[in-house]
Amino acid sequence: MLELHGIPVSPGVAIGPALVLNREGYRIPNCQVALEDIEEETQRLRRAVDAVSRSLESSRMETAAIAGDSTGDIFAAQLQMLHDPRLHAELQRRIRQGNQSAAYAVSQVLHRYASDLRKLENSLLAQRADDVVDIEQQLLEQLGAVTRRPLSELVEPVIVLTHNLTPSETANLDRRYVRGFCTEIGGPGGHMAIVAKGLELPAVVGIGDFLQTVRGTAQVIVDGDRGIVILDPDDETLRRYEEGRERRNNLALRLAELRDLPAITTDGVSVALSANIEFPHEVAACLERGAAGIGLYRTEFLYLASDEEPSEEDHYLAYREVVEAMHGRPVVIRTLDLGADKMGSRPVSEPEPNPFLGLRSIRLSLKSPELFRPQLRALLRAAVHGDVRVMFPLVTTLSELRQSKLLLNTIAEDLAEEGVPHRRDIPIGMMVEVPAAVLMLDRFVKEVDFLSIGTNDLVQYTLAVDRSNECVADLYQSSDPAVLRLIRRCVDVAAEANVPLSICGEMSSTPARSLLLVGMGVRSLSVSPNALPKLKKAIRSVSLAQCEEIAARAMTLEAARDIDLYLLERLGKIAPELIVS
Amino acid sequence: MSSTVVTRNVVVRNPQGLHARPADMLVREANRHQAEIMLEKDGYRADCKSILSLLTLGAACGTEMSLMAEGIDAEQAVTLIAELFDSGFHELE
Repeated sequence: MLELHGIPVSPGVAIGPALVLNREGYRIPNCQVALEDIEEETQRLRRAVDAVSRSLESSRMETAAIAGDSTGDIFAAQLQMLHDPRLHAELQRRIRQGNQSAAYAVSQVLHRYASDLRKLENSLLAQRADDVVDIEQQLLEQLGAVTRRPLSELVEPVIVLTHNLTPSETANLDRRYVRGFCTEIGGPGGHMAIVAKGLELPAVVGIGDFLQTVRGTAQVIVDGDRGIVILDPDDETLRRYEEGRERRNNLALRLAELRDLPAITTDGVSVALSANIEFPHEVAACLERGAAGIGLYRTEFLYLASDEEPSEEDHYLAYREVVEAMHGRPVVIRTLDLGADKMGSRPVSEPEPNPFLGLRSIRLSLKSPELFRPQLRALLRAAVHGDVRVMFPLVTTLSELRQSKLLLNTIAEDLAEEGVPHRRDIPIGMMVEVPAAVLMLDRFVKEVDFLSIGTNDLVQYTLAVDRSNECVADLYQSSDPAVLRLIRRCVDVAAEANVPLSICGEMSSTPARSLLLVGMGVRSLSVSPNALPKLKKAIRSVSLAQCEEIAARAMTLEAARDIDLYLLERLGKIAPELIVS
Repeated sequence: MSSTVVTRNVVVRNPQGLHARPADMLVREANRHQAEIMLEKDGYRADCKSILSLLTLGAACGTEMSLMAEGIDAEQAVTLIAELFDSGFHELE
């Protein structure tokens, strides 16, 4: 049994067999070879090496003939690697003494060489890692051990252990079989976190280098509540987690009974609880949990889930599906928030040294009308089918807001001219997620119909922490007093101007923090669908006076940790069943 | 005939360092000799008959290393390999 610690990004516990993906995304098979088959296994390895050798030799000659000897030398070096005596000594040792399969030994040893090479400061040498990986892949293919796209060929439930998942890999995870995942990199609020929540998969990210230690792991527990991953749990641990899962299921059943009851405090103050979604199919989960509406529909996943660029029609069909399924409840569609950590298969902007301070989100949309226009057209068209509201992300200056509104107007005029059915009088809002917008909010409120605080980015930009950088991810704390002060200012300015304000970041999705926000004057929260029942339970367990007292006390504390501990302590008294044991 | 140990200091002269092509040349030369031939850099030893171990030295241009050989043809091996280093693995022109 081995316990690893990472950053919990999606709650819940998953228990299941490990699927280990190495950096290149194929499976490292691990099966022991029976004693009597060891000779045959070494023969298999020799045949694989011979086959790869022949193929490299012919590549070398072909390339040399076309591009000259020096280019063919690349293959000469690869051949030299393939026949490296140290490599073979180790492979033999692993097969003969460790009873490892040829494929597993190849994958482990070549992987280590590749990672040693990657660490070199000399970039030319570091690039040779790719040559090593290339040999590894060819050998594994010859050995019949490679599943090139293991995630798309699942036939049984698994827990995925990997270095990183690209946004499209995350978005395309087969929900029938993937029960949870653990990654070496990543942080709270990154795309993996968001998608894991959307798919309701327990996930722990930012564990650091651990894939080398998982060889031979059969079973994994992912504890997405506490950020713990347990490899090959002992019986005692397994039993404890299975009991916990039982308790959780019971709680979920009891909370489900609240579905049709309003989110209202004991003294009658109503709080609108809406849901954040990325995929149309999530609407079902929202309705099942009694969401008042969709407070944040993230549209970038149309880009990230497909290799093709989505057309206006793709946008329209997706939006229409959501809007119709919500039967007249409000749907806030956030325009494209691409860039930084959210890139499709086709990069929409050049690599930048500081992507989070770069061309992303509304900045990218305003500079790329070919991206932005189809989306806005689709949005106004879908508005015919229900209560659609548009929200612009990462607005920093008044000018950005005005340009966006102007473009929306122009597009409405185009649609009118073309005679395409649409609605142009939809509410226009902005996300408040840059400190500059908070400071200028008294001006912004005059030009928008609603506001929504995106705490993920607001926290990142306020605390100067890249939330996807595991080295500093521990500094990323939603409850930081500085963040609370900014939120308080937003609440005050919005109330003064009588503009509705919602909070749609991950911060609001824990019951303890939701009490704080209600106490600060927030009356609308939008969270991932799976957080709705707990939030409703928390709100129905307190009075506004209690929340206000909690907020007043929390605002006097000086550190995020103290605030969170205080909130948990209070929640423990108000609704003890919500404290995850 | 007893085996001899021969040691000599060498410097990587070619601008791109001990990358794949020079490492390949070095291994070919080393394989012509029976002696065990090692390169030592910062306390880490690489087997001159193993390209993977040579590459993981990460020896850039200007790196000084100690070349060691042990075996009946150690003297000859060290001389020929040191020449390869001195000529910058024919990458200097």
